[in-house]
Amino acid sequence: MSVTKAPPAHPAEAAVRKPSTRRRLVPYWLLLPGILWLLVFFALPMVYQASTSVQTGSLEKGFEVTWHVRTYWDALTDYYPQFVRSLLYAGTATLLCLLLGYPLAYLIAFKAGRWRNLVLVLVVAPFFTSFLIRTLAWKTILADGGAVVDALNTLHVLDVTAWLGWTENNRILATPMAVVCGLTYNFLPFMILPLYTSLERIDGRLHEAAGDLYATPATTFRKVTLPLSMPGVVSGTLLTFIPASGDYVNAELLGSADTKMVGSVIQTQFLRVLDYPTAAALSFILMAVVLLVVTVYIRRSGTEDLV
Amino acid sequence: MEQYEPERLSAPQLAAMRRSIQDGRGALTRRSLLRASGAAALALGGLGALSACGIPPAARAGDAAASDDHSAAEKRINFSNWTEYMDVGEDEKSRPTLDAFTRRTGIEVKYTEDINDNVEFFGKIKPQLAAGQDTGRDLVIVTDWLAARIIRLGWAQKLDHANLPHAFANLSAQFRTPDWDPGRAYSYPWTGIPTVIAYNEKATGGRKVDSVTQLLDDPKLKGKVSFLSEMRDSVGMTLLDMGKDPGSFSDADFDAAVGRMQKGVDTKQIRRFTGNDYTADLSKGDIAACVAWAGDIIQLQADNPAIKFSIPSAGYITSSDNMLIPAKARHKTNAEKLMDYYYEPPVAARLAAYINYVCPVDGVAGELAKIDASMASNTLILPDRAMAAKSRSFRSLSAEEETAYEEKFAKLIGA
Repeated sequence: MSVTKAPPAHPAEAAVRKPSTRRRLVPYWLLLPGILWLLVFFALPMVYQASTSVQTGSLEKGFEVTWHVRTYWDALTDYYPQFVRSLLYAGTATLLCLLLGYPLAYLIAFKAGRWRNLVLVLVVAPFFTSFLIRTLAWKTILADGGAVVDALNTLHVLDVTAWLGWTENNRILATPMAVVCGLTYNFLPFMILPLYTSLERIDGRLHEAAGDLYATPATTFRKVTLPLSMPGVVSGTLLTFIPASGDYVNAELLGSADTKMVGSVIQTQFLRVLDYPTAAALSFILMAVVLLVVTVYIRRSGTEDLV
Repeated sequence: MEQYEPERLSAPQLAAMRRSIQDGRGALTRRSLLRASGAAALALGGLGALSACGIPPAARAGDAAASDDHSAAEKRINFSNWTEYMDVGEDEKSRPTLDAFTRRTGIEVKYTEDINDNVEFFGKIKPQLAAGQDTGRDLVIVTDWLAARIIRLGWAQKLDHANLPHAFANLSAQFRTPDWDPGRAYSYPWTGIPTVIAYNEKATGGRKVDSVTQLLDDPKLKGKVSFLSEMRDSVGMTLLDMGKDPGSFSDADFDAAVGRMQKGVDTKQIRRFTGNDYTADLSKGDIAACVAWAGDIIQLQADNPAIKFSIPSAGYITSSDNMLIPAKARHKTNAEKLMDYYYEPPVAARLAAYINYVCPVDGVAGELAKIDASMASNTLILPDRAMAAKSRSFRSLSAEEETAYEEKFAKLIGA
């Protein structure tokens, strides 16, 4: 969308309206803190990281830029399972978040009435405790002899999930399912809140109008509510998918050696193996992959104007 | 075919063509030329900036570690330690042994529990130490492999043994000559950490678990076994079980041990590789048997009588946490006085009674019995001769070995 300015009607008027140089610089001065912040905490680290990724050496002898681009290829061939896993788990968790979050956001926006604020607080309340504690709580919920696992075992649900490769040995902990559950839970509010804000903005009279035009509730949802809530869906999925694909806490605490995500690999390479170039290359590959996925997604969902 | 004749186009069409060539996106104007050259300059500059970066060697040679000692003028010491690694009084706030030290010497101790993890702590202190600056810490406690690395990098100060009479006299024989710090020139142990096998009797159905072989092969334990994510503990215990000495093994031995555990991962025998978080799982029974740190087990046993431990007949690994004075620390003599203080048997006994790890000080048995007789007879705190004879240490690694082994181990644990 482009806004065309009407040309000034009279040359003299234009001269009067033309702001002084100082006034014109005001927005830039206001932007300065933000730009400096970005420069120091985003741009510079990115340059530094880009440089690190093409260096070779060791902690003892130091690292030098040798344009060793092969590091990228080695990192990718060594750790592609973790990349695939990260995208798969983050994608599944995002989908689950959407399936769980949409009805809830809909309920809060349209049906909760005077309970609306209370329900919103309830959505956010668990997040006053630490990320780590919340994740560890899932170890108790999904414990091997716990109520959840017993119930699912009695219903033979775990046999089905085991056949699908999501669980094993009639347990949930230390399986892909546990990791996806943890991711879904930890990122759910990032889905619900944008969905809620975009649903809440929808004019109730549109629903009435749809009804007046003989649309069934399902059609109203499909033709009116869903399209108008697309900005919320897109921003919610992005806010969930991007951090979830880089997360390593859930995989570390709820998973096993077979469910590690790329975040763990980066952490281990950086802190334990002290192979800074590989860690930097892995971070860049992750960024590129996520950027690619997100770009394709935004293009496909056709919501550039709405976001 | 019709010849293209510009004249045949209408005047507005011609005008549009001209506009698009001169002013359109494809037009080369002064502004777009400037923009393009600016971008090219930025790209070149960016490449230049990339090349200019680099990480200088971390190792500092010579006597660069020594610092001006301000101990006499400033009666202070900054002490960084792990959480729950110091005795506390009845009120849960005071620290009796530290307070007594301050009363006796007049040296204020600023005690900070800012170490949670060796690798993270190394990341935290690395920038200053690599640049040859003071970290603001006079005394730190790190696990032996990290102590070895810090000494190797020239980041630790050589101790003056004239200030350490008790430490010199009372250090247990087991800890006297580590291969990474022969003669204890730079470090003294704070505690010894035996790595043993622990199991939950309820979860194993009353069966005893007492070897790594059983952990890796017993079908009844399938999916209920965990190993530690510390390479030296897990690989060390497996090496011992295979009849190799963790104090002198080869690359092939290391690979064989990792391969053996890899089989456990592939057959789903091993459930997870854990840090400290195995304790809750073991107590609940989600983990039936595991490689564990002895101090954790003593504390777990106090709450859950089903938790048992065993010492494999093949032997067990003992690592240690060590006191070090980082390079450029301002209060070296004060720090040495504090190190020596914790080697006085009554003080060492008080500490051992609280933290439940192996006390590296000789002659504490009597003092510890005064506090708690059952502790004095606990071989996980004061190892008897038979137990000490089974203890082995993981040999120190060169920088190259460390990187290569950690890489292989990282692949094993999935990251």
